Amino acid sequence: METLLEILEELHADVDFKNCETLIDSAILDSFDIVTLIAEIDNVFDVAIPAEEIIPENFNSAKALYALIQRLDEE
Amino acid sequence: MLFTSYNFILFLVIVFILYYCIPKKFRWILLLFASYFFYAQAGVELLLFLLSTTVSTYIVSLQLLRLSGTQKAYIAKNKTVLNKEAKKAYKSKIKKKQWKWLLACLFFNFGVLAIFKYTNFTIANINSLITAFGGTKQLNFLNLVLPMGISFYMFQTMGYLIDVYRGTVQAERNIGKLALFVSFFPQLVQGPISRYNDLSRTLFEKQAFNSSNVWFGLQRILWGYLKKMVIADRILPAVNTIINAPEDYQGAYVLAGMIFYAIELYADFTGGIDIVIGIGQIFGIEMTENFNRPYFSKNITEYWRRWHITMGTWFKDYLFYPISICKPMRKLSKWSRNHLGEAVGRKLPVYISTLVVWFVTGLWHGASWNFITWGVFNGVIILLSGECAPLYQWFHKRFRVENKIWYSAFQILRTFLLMSSLRLFDCYRDVKTAFSMFGTLFTKWNYEVFFNGSMLELGISTADYMVLLLGVLLLLLVSLRQRKGSVRQQMAEKPITVNLLAVYLLFMAIIILGAYGIGYDASQFIYNQF
Repeated sequence: METLLEILEELHADVDFKNCETLIDSAILDSFDIVTLIAEIDNVFDVAIPAEEIIPENFNSAKALYALIQRLDEE
Repeated sequence: MLFTSYNFILFLVIVFILYYCIPKKFRWILLLFASYFFYAQAGVELLLFLLSTTVSTYIVSLQLLRLSGTQKAYIAKNKTVLNKEAKKAYKSKIKKKQWKWLLACLFFNFGVLAIFKYTNFTIANINSLITAFGGTKQLNFLNLVLPMGISFYMFQTMGYLIDVYRGTVQAERNIGKLALFVSFFPQLVQGPISRYNDLSRTLFEKQAFNSSNVWFGLQRILWGYLKKMVIADRILPAVNTIINAPEDYQGAYVLAGMIFYAIELYADFTGGIDIVIGIGQIFGIEMTENFNRPYFSKNITEYWRRWHITMGTWFKDYLFYPISICKPMRKLSKWSRNHLGEAVGRKLPVYISTLVVWFVTGLWHGASWNFITWGVFNGVIILLSGECAPLYQWFHKRFRVENKIWYSAFQILRTFLLMSSLRLFDCYRDVKTAFSMFGTLFTKWNYEVFFNGSMLELGISTADYMVLLLGVLLLLLVSLRQRKGSVRQQMAEKPITVNLLAVYLLFMAIIILGAYGIGYDASQFIYNQF
């Protein structure tokens, strides 16, 4: 989780990723951020996020995103 | 049968009455027949296109469903003997089979679209190349008529199929229901490009008559007609005068043309969508909103989140993300990180995908270099503004201008003028003329034409300007009220007499102030031709 938070903070240093639960709904992360994020996750966690998983529920919070990474890793 | 024709109004009234007279369970079937009847008015033979898309999508979606079922059954049956790797390998095998089916269907349907929309454009380019290399032989153009609304229903249907492939939508087993999703008449010709999960929630419901829905829907339809007939069609002659004679109308006229076209396009397209969504509402069917006060956007990225939303999200979900996160792109990104640096490796997927998406978006709008240039320019400006973001942030902090009303107004005006400039490619006959006319904004100083009566010689009179001014003020007022939520909801909280008076005034404004007769063409919505 700490590594993911570091990746997110690198994208937007001024956002409280630990607590924010509306990263997509509040347009904090845009489509460019998401692509960068997916590439970083692939690079660091060796997990490929497929296009069908790019839905607000999976990207609205760091917690949800981490759960997605874990789920995909287990699959 | 166009929305602005008397035949369409009559058709709508008949369908509406029948819809609420027949038993609820047959209502979606009536809408299917009505949709096919509506489409057949453009040419009975065109139904073949609609049918081929529906049937091919139906067959392939059931194949995808069958393969998913096979996979589930196999894994359940062999749960105890399959390890993680074996399960993964089996899933991958099934996914490959599904991918082949999907690809075949996409290829067939987009192939039909490409043949009808881009064959003559390709021939024209080949002919230009032949001429450029000194050849004299020219290929003949084909007599192809683009089936009405094909870009819209094709994108909607292919979106559905991709969702079935991804497993985010359950394939529809009833071909009639799928046919209605593909052909639902209000949205057939200019969108919105709906998603199956959104539209199917209410499209196949056993709808009961709901007076509030009908009342709200009627208001929205009237509002759409007002935008289209009182504003868009009235300003159209001035736009045409300016763009059809670029030799005579330069400098200040180009600026006027840009602003007039921005008003026309907004009133035309959002008006059309208001009519579509309003019609859906009187039948109790909810459709996705396509606009969110786009002219109040502060930058180009925000603008594209608020203008033609369903097209933007279609391209984002089905083209931008798949390209930017596909295996080859991930490999390219990793390679560039190692060889060209961290920053390049990060940005490369976004840059390539953005340019591809905007190239295709331009092509979707029309088979011409004008639209392709327009699309690529949009992509380049979006990327440039992304690169300049740190500079903007520094400027905002340094001068403390963010959230100041005057600065917000400046940002809105800047975005409005930027988007209006880009639309010059949409207006003029070729790319060269568009560039040249943009140049005259700065080289031809004839701005006195705004004050010496020249604006009255563009095909619209003082009375037209007065009506337009009132219309635009009304649009502005409604947009400002929308910040507090639905205007119709706000109106509903007022006494019934106020509501009746508002609807009566709307109706009378369309009857009295709508642009009719010689010199006006109320027959075509701009987005119908895409």
